[in-house]
Amino acid sequence: MSYDRLTRPLVREDGVLREASWEEALDRAAEGFRRNIEAHGPDCFAMLSCARSTNEMNYVGQKFTRVVVGTNNVDSCNRTCHAPSVAGLSAVFGSGGGTSSYQEVEDTDVIVMWGSAARNAHPIFFHHVLKGLKKGARMFAVDPRRTGTAQWAHRWLGLNVGTDIPLAHAVAREIIHAGLHNRAFIERATAGFEEFAASVEPWTLTVAEQVTGVPAEAIRELAHTYARADRAQLVWTLGITEHHNATDNVRALINLSLLTGHVGRYGSGLSPLRGQNNVQGGGDMGAIPNRLPGFQDILDPTVRTRFEQAWNIGIQPRYGLNLTQMLEGMAEGEVTTCYLIGENPVQSEADSLACVKRLSMLDHLVVQDIFLTKTAQMADVVLPASAAWCEADGTFTNSERRVQRVRKAVEPPGEARDDIWIMCEIARRLGHDWHYDGAEEVWNELRALSPAHQGMSYERLAELQGIQWPCPSLTELEPPYLHGRLWTENPGPPAPFGILRHSPPVDLLDEEYPLRLTTGRRLDSYNTGVQSSGFASPLRRGETIELCPEDAVRLGVVEGEEVRITSRRGSVIAPVYIDPALRPGLVFMTMHFPDEVDTNALTIEATCPIAGTAEFKAAAVRVEKLVAVS
Amino acid sequence: MIPLQPPRRLIDVEIDGEVVRVPEGSTILDACRTAGKDIPTLCHGDTLTPKNACRVCVVEVEGSRTLVPSCSRKAETGMKVATSGERSTSSRKVVLELLASSVDLSTTPRAKEWMAEYGADPARFGEEAARVEQPVKVDNELYVRDYNKCILCYKCVDACGDQWQNTFAIAVAGRGFDSTISTEFDAPLTDSACVYCGNCVEVCPTGALSFKSEFDMRAEGTWDESRQSQTTTICSYCGVGCNLTLHVQDNRIVKVTSPHDNPVTHGNLCVKGRFGYGYV
Repeated sequence: MSYDRLTRPLVREDGVLREASWEEALDRAAEGFRRNIEAHGPDCFAMLSCARSTNEMNYVGQKFTRVVVGTNNVDSCNRTCHAPSVAGLSAVFGSGGGTSSYQEVEDTDVIVMWGSAARNAHPIFFHHVLKGLKKGARMFAVDPRRTGTAQWAHRWLGLNVGTDIPLAHAVAREIIHAGLHNRAFIERATAGFEEFAASVEPWTLTVAEQVTGVPAEAIRELAHTYARADRAQLVWTLGITEHHNATDNVRALINLSLLTGHVGRYGSGLSPLRGQNNVQGGGDMGAIPNRLPGFQDILDPTVRTRFEQAWNIGIQPRYGLNLTQMLEGMAEGEVTTCYLIGENPVQSEADSLACVKRLSMLDHLVVQDIFLTKTAQMADVVLPASAAWCEADGTFTNSERRVQRVRKAVEPPGEARDDIWIMCEIARRLGHDWHYDGAEEVWNELRALSPAHQGMSYERLAELQGIQWPCPSLTELEPPYLHGRLWTENPGPPAPFGILRHSPPVDLLDEEYPLRLTTGRRLDSYNTGVQSSGFASPLRRGETIELCPEDAVRLGVVEGEEVRITSRRGSVIAPVYIDPALRPGLVFMTMHFPDEVDTNALTIEATCPIAGTAEFKAAAVRVEKLVAVS
Repeated sequence: MIPLQPPRRLIDVEIDGEVVRVPEGSTILDACRTAGKDIPTLCHGDTLTPKNACRVCVVEVEGSRTLVPSCSRKAETGMKVATSGERSTSSRKVVLELLASSVDLSTTPRAKEWMAEYGADPARFGEEAARVEQPVKVDNELYVRDYNKCILCYKCVDACGDQWQNTFAIAVAGRGFDSTISTEFDAPLTDSACVYCGNCVEVCPTGALSFKSEFDMRAEGTWDESRQSQTTTICSYCGVGCNLTLHVQDNRIVKVTSPHDNPVTHGNLCVKGRFGYGYV
């Protein structure tokens, strides 16, 4: 179905949403927040800030949470995709960004695409990969499915879902046993090698072959090629991060770069590809519970003092709740009011029924969005916003840390208003007389507080077609890759190896649920489908359950036939699509058409304890023929 | 190990008697543009390898027996180039006449202006002159193929093929005057390998390939570039950060292109960035 844009504010009266004036809606929104904060203190408030909106909006959103409300309970849906990459990278290197830039993929010798269907999910990034391949780079694709990416690879390593750590460990062990690890680099710039080497010792090629399903000889080739390369890029996406132990998966890949010295040099690095236009920027702007703008740690007293002076308030010296904890807090009655900006957790969260139940327990829910989403339909106040990328000015930050200008091209429809204006109006009603003359004023406030963004004036961003952070100077540019320090005489804090254990998917396969369901994206569609339903793509074929030909024969089903898919949590009906890129036992669905088929009724809400990401990539299901009712 | 590009030297070239300095590896066309010369081009694509198909950009180079396509020949130190000698202008005139007599150049930007400038008269070959004629192909809701306007510059084939998209949905079919750009077995796009990125439309110099939105508005008579603004912003889908140039008429997005000199996209987009704006 296609959605209509919201053009008027809505408020709930006698249980139904009715149109209201801005004045009334803003008053109602502010009053509800005040009521809850007065009754339960600031920590009963939670904000979900929009990973698709501008850096400027995210800066103001987190400032609203910290200054107007006085809590650190701010997060965004990057929780459901890329928080583990940020957590893993920042634990090792002190910074959560991908370490390389797109151009380096063109200039590298070996590209490892691990759990990344970039050919379909990030097509223009894949153009850079293709340029690299034409120049002679070798590519390995590690993915349970033989994806569009894998079709371009020199070798495809089709591992069992959730066995990334065993595979990475086996690669590491093989590198060490072949003597191909970079001893000088390990000595100078890393910590914990001995313990790491001991921890991977059990993962021989034979053991790994049994657990991962990847032939030993292929694991060996990946290990030797990666380790021997002069330059190598390790790229990953949601195949790594949508697991219950996602941060460990990320650390397992980082370990390989530390072992071989493939980080901190031109052409060698780690690139997590972001799923949404401004996931990177949302975190950089401090719209996460543990960081202030500029990705500066809340627990650092000097950082906190600087912000306290600038904002003239006290900041709680502890981390706020992340999205997963917020949802738990709702269930336990600790979080009673929520301000959701551009987020649709009812349809994007794993185990969607539980999410609906939790949101319905809130005393006061304000949703600011461009559509009346399933989540907005539950709200007490709905505020119609502008679409950031074409109806507002500001900046986004992409997967290579490039901050780029977003410019207003069209007027928002009806009475829809700019996100920042709306937040300032609510802030004003709560006693903070905020006003910004446009996004640039917000940006300059951020630049004064974030050293990494200091040199990025709007003028310079336009002139250079975007600038990658860090950019502390107004006159100079830093190298396009991060962590060059690791290759200097004084490398600074050593990068620690992660000591990790294999932890198979939580949702176990058994006789009742014998098939492994994994989820992902298709080329022409996007997330919950709210945006991408608006154009007539000839490629779109609706939701299906994709099976390999062998499983289809075994189940006695044919293409197009509707079948029932059941997990331990729910059950849906979808038509069959036969895809030879799948292996027996593995089935695939997207999450693009929740109004037709609610895939997330099947997925499991087993979350990563460090980053809070849900295990979208591995549910146990069974597929059954529908019995004709006669 | 794959070598990185070494730094480029600067070289001096003489264009119509004036010396200009360009980086080594630049084409004569780059040098001419540096000197402020306005050379017409059709098959030249700033993101593509030169194809030397149309020859409307020819210039005279001292010591060269034949005219030189400026879009592909590299500039060399001390080269002496004449951009508007009698030989090259007359050649451009004939090229424009041959093209305009066989295909419809009505939507080719600047074609009319060049025809006037070079005094091209396509009608002089008479009524009987062969024309490329085939029905407009409208087989999907996103873009339209009107090969009556195709000058066979191959830019779409290169963009779809190994230079950018690597989808290989189209190629040249047929021989001689009957050659056309075609999908496999001339199937409709919906039965082809096409992934609707629109990167072929982005590089088409004549409007033979056009977005359905533009095609429909032209048919209705509502397409008016003088009322359109162009604003470059960032795509709202994945995190790659592609730059989109939104063409807006009456507060409505009517087409999306991408800046060719951008380090993220080099003028390319995917189906979502190119066409997924309907929801705003």
